[in-house]
Order: sequence, then structure tokens, then C-alpha cells
Amino acid sequence: MTTTTVDTAAGITGLAHGRGHEHNVASLVFVGALWFSLAFGILVLVTLIATTAIDGAARFDGDLITNYDSTLFPSSAGLRAALVGTLWLMVTTALLAVPIGVAAAVYLEEFADNTRWYNRLIEVNLQNLAAVPSVIYGMLAVAVAALLGSATTNIVLVGAVALGLLILPVVIISTREAVRAVPREIREGSLALGATPIQTTWRQVLPSAIPGIATGTIIALSRAIGEAAPLLLLGVGTILFTPNGILSGFTAMPVLIFGWTAESQEEYKIAAAAGIIVLMAMVLTLNGLAIYIRNHFQRRW
Amino acid sequence: MTTSTEAADFSSRDLRPRRRPQERVVLAILQLSALLSVLITVGIVVALLRPALDFFSAVSVVDFLTGTSWSPNLAPVDYGVLPLVAGTFMTTAIALAIAVPLGLGAAMFLSEYAGDRTRRRLKPVLELLAGVPSVVYGFFALQFVTPTVLRDWLGVGVGFTNALAAGIVLGVMIIPTVASLSEDAMSAVPDALRQGSLAMGANRMQTTLRVVVPAAISGISAAVVLGLSRAVGETMIVALASGGRPNLTADPREGMQTMTGYIAQTALGENIVGSVSYNTLFAVGLLLFVITLVINIISIALVRRIREVY
Repeated sequence: MTTTTVDTAAGITGLAHGRGHEHNVASLVFVGALWFSLAFGILVLVTLIATTAIDGAARFDGDLITNYDSTLFPSSAGLRAALVGTLWLMVTTALLAVPIGVAAAVYLEEFADNTRWYNRLIEVNLQNLAAVPSVIYGMLAVAVAALLGSATTNIVLVGAVALGLLILPVVIISTREAVRAVPREIREGSLALGATPIQTTWRQVLPSAIPGIATGTIIALSRAIGEAAPLLLLGVGTILFTPNGILSGFTAMPVLIFGWTAESQEEYKIAAAAGIIVLMAMVLTLNGLAIYIRNHFQRRW
Repeated sequence: MTTSTEAADFSSRDLRPRRRPQERVVLAILQLSALLSVLITVGIVVALLRPALDFFSAVSVVDFLTGTSWSPNLAPVDYGVLPLVAGTFMTTAIALAIAVPLGLGAAMFLSEYAGDRTRRRLKPVLELLAGVPSVVYGFFALQFVTPTVLRDWLGVGVGFTNALAAGIVLGVMIIPTVASLSEDAMSAVPDALRQGSLAMGANRMQTTLRVVVPAAISGISAAVVLGLSRAVGETMIVALASGGRPNLTADPREGMQTMTGYIAQTALGENIVGSVSYNTLFAVGLLLFVITLVINIISIALVRRIREVY
């Protein structure tokens, strides 16, 4: 191939893009492989939802929502306790993790001196915590419950402590990004008018960062809603009553789905598949909400 | 005249900043919240170490780390953790074999080939893969991947639970982790490098493979290492699909219990708190924490390096 002229027509920048050299087999195969890489994941996601929906189709009935779990009648076992339990768990988790996470993020982003060794330590520590296996948080919650003098660990509050600690690093990291995105000029304008740094943070920076914080928090909660591993460590299992408070015993959607999947009877597998579709609907709704907030409320400076 | 009256007004007022003791309290609360994250790490270490030390007073550390038989509940009782480590290693290796090529491929496409609109549409969809609850993946591995994909389509003679299906699905789960961080690293490569390559007559494949990927290599390795950490620590997929029997084998078609799988199984069982068999939970948990800690520190150090380059 001879040298080609720069094709100025294509691309926003009008610079060379190399497409004129892409007629050989190797580069075509390469593009195909890249396409496949991206499509594969999406294909698996679609297959997963489709096959599970087919498996569970027989159980999309009222019993699934209104009944408790049943050992005698697996074909009418329901999610009632787990649905209510998951709602209690998520609200309590959010109430624990969001205020602390936002406070920590604001400190690290607006007030901490990043040249100090202890603030750098906090930084590295957060990155590590975000990748600690979720089962470990279950063990931590058991220890916290013992410290607080609670003999029973399978209550909503202890579950929320486990999940709250689990998502705290994620909430902090995404809040910091949202706070960092607020331009300096906003802060300087506020300070120049005589506001103190705390007033500036509370009245200018935080309100501007709310959409970003909400997006990050909702995504973190959508991860927490599907977590079963830490709850297993707390001894969360099947219950036959509706959870009614933060000190009430509970069960959660992923725990019940795990229990049903591990049973050998076919009826439980069908119920598990139907439960998965309900859980996936919750996860997808939360993710959709996060994307909606990001697209409609996030300010571009 | 007005100027002089204004000056008089100001001089009569106290212009020193007002004392705001309540702001100090607020700042202290913010600082405490940030410190809590350090307290969590300390809490994890203490929570794991105390029962683990009880365990290691009954079983020697060397026997634990080098023993090849794990049967804490059945006589003859053995506390050799290697079969569980082998299970974790096997499922993680299969997961990486899936996630590294596919994750990097997706990252290269999004960073080097896709337009802005395509990238903004496809990236959230790909990231949904990381948002699917792991128990759902476990169900999928058990109910679809093993019977339909492996047995019917590919004709592999796998057991009802097996390391292969668990590893494959684990790999799918960490594709977004690998793809997302690698894409960030590749997008951070300055355009001047690409233009230099293209000006020399290279096409996009040559530019991607020989210029962009080498330039982004520390970020890409950080992404792979973070994916590795996720795979090692993932619990529900392996608890459901990789089997509940410790099995020191090199054959991925067999069931192999992993470290996290053992923790989940034991947590479900009826163990007396404080007994040696209950404390195994924390010994295995501590080993898991140390392994992921080492992996995470490597990943964090690698990310630091890309920040220094550009």
C-alpha cells in the first residue's frame, strides 16, 4: 500500500483515523472480535433473563407475592416475607450509609489536606474496602452485633449494618466524584460574599452535587439489594411472618432465592426463577432510576 | 459626603469574623465519618483475627496452609485448606480466561472504535452485567449453563455442580469490571500518540494494539487485577454452582468447593459458636481477606502509576 492522504471529511476533529488501511483480513477479523466481545456480555444478559422468565412462567401468580415460604406446599411458596424484609433492609441500609458516606466524602474532598499521611491512608483504605469480599462484611457485622450486645444477628438492623458497611466505600467514592465536579468558581463566589467554608459546602456545593450523589447511591443500593452472602453469615433464613421494624427478624429476596435454588424439588426451582424475575425487576428499576436522574438532573458545568 | 458616612458606619461595626463554635462541631463530625472507614478495616481485622487465633491454637498454621485434605466436620478430621484454595484458583482462572479477552475487547471497541453516542448507550448496558445479583448468576450457571450450554450444546461431560460452569459465569460477571477500568485507561492515552501512529500509516488495529494498549498497560493490569479480586471473593455463584465438596483436582468438570463456598455452607450449618469447626469459618475468612488485600494493593499501586504517567 502506498501512503494515503489524510481524509479530512470524516471524524469531528478532521484528523486521520486510519480507516483507509482497514481492508486486510486481519483488521476486519479484529473489528469483528471486538464487536463480539461487547455483544457477548449483552447476549448473556438477554439469555439469562429470557431463560429464567421461561423457567418461572408457571409461577407468576398472586401466591408468589402474598404467600409465605412453605415446606409443605412448594408449588405455592411465596415471597411475602422476603419482599417486605428487603424493603425494610434497603431503607435502613440507606439511612445508615448515606449520611455517613456523604459526610466522609465532603470531609475528604473539601476539608482534608491531601498531603497529610493519614488522609492518604484513608484514601488507600477506601479503595481496598471497596474490593473486600462481601462475605467478610457478614463476619464483621456478627462482631459488631456482639459488641452492641445483641445475641440475635438475623434482625433487620444487623443486616443493614452489614450492607451499610459494604456500600459505604462505594457511596463515599461516588459522592466525592460528584462533589469534585462542582466548579471552583461556585465555591469562590460564595466565599467572596462572606460565607464560611461550611456554609459554602452546605448551601452551594452539596445542592449542586445532589444528582450525582443520588445516582451513585442508588447504584450502590441496587448492588446491596441482591447481596445474599453477608446475610447468610448472620443466619438469615426462612421466616413465616412479615417483618415489621428494624429489630424484627427478617429474610431477604436473594436469601430466599438461594434457599429455593439449593432445594432439589422442581417446584422450588420454578419459584426461584419467578423470584429472580421479581428481583431483577427491582434491580433494573433502580438502575433505570439512576440513569434517569443522571440524564435529567445532572448539571454539566 | 456619602462616602464618609459609609466609612463611619463600617468603623462602628465589628468586622472580625464571628466565632462559630457550631462549625467546629460539624467539621469534627465530618472528620469522624471519614475516620470510620479506617475503623471498618480495623474492625474486620479484629473480627477475623480473634476467632482465627482460637482456631490456630488448636490447629497449626503450617498444617492449615499445607494440608491437602479438608474435612472439618467428618472423621478423620483434617484442616488442610489447599483443596479450598485450589477450588478458588480454578474458578478464578476460568473466570479470567473469559473476562480478560472479552473485557479488553469490549474496552478497545468502546474506547477506540465506538462513537460518542454508541459509547454512552452501550456502556451502561454492559455495566448492568455487574449489577445482576450473584445469586441470579448462580441459578443461571446451575439451571442453564451446566445442563444446556455445557452438556447439550458442547457435549462436555460435567457433573451437576462443576468448577467450569461456575468459572464461566463468574467470568461474565467480572467483564464490566475489566472493561470499565481498561476503557478509562485507554481513553486517558493522549490523542497525540494515536495521531502520530496514524500519520505513520498504521491502521486502527495497529494503533490500538501497538500504541494505545502499551501506553495504557498499567491501567489495564489494574483492571485485570481488580477483576481477579472480585472473582476470588465472589460467594453465591460458587456456593450454588461449584459444589459443596472440597476436591483437590485439576479437572474443572468436577465439583470443587471454594473458600467462599465453604464459608457460605458453614454459615448455613448448625455449628456451636466458639467450637473449632465454627472457628474454621474465620480462619478461611482471614486467609481470603489477606489474599484479596494483597491483590487490591497491587491494583491500587498500578492505578497510581498511570496517574503519574499522564
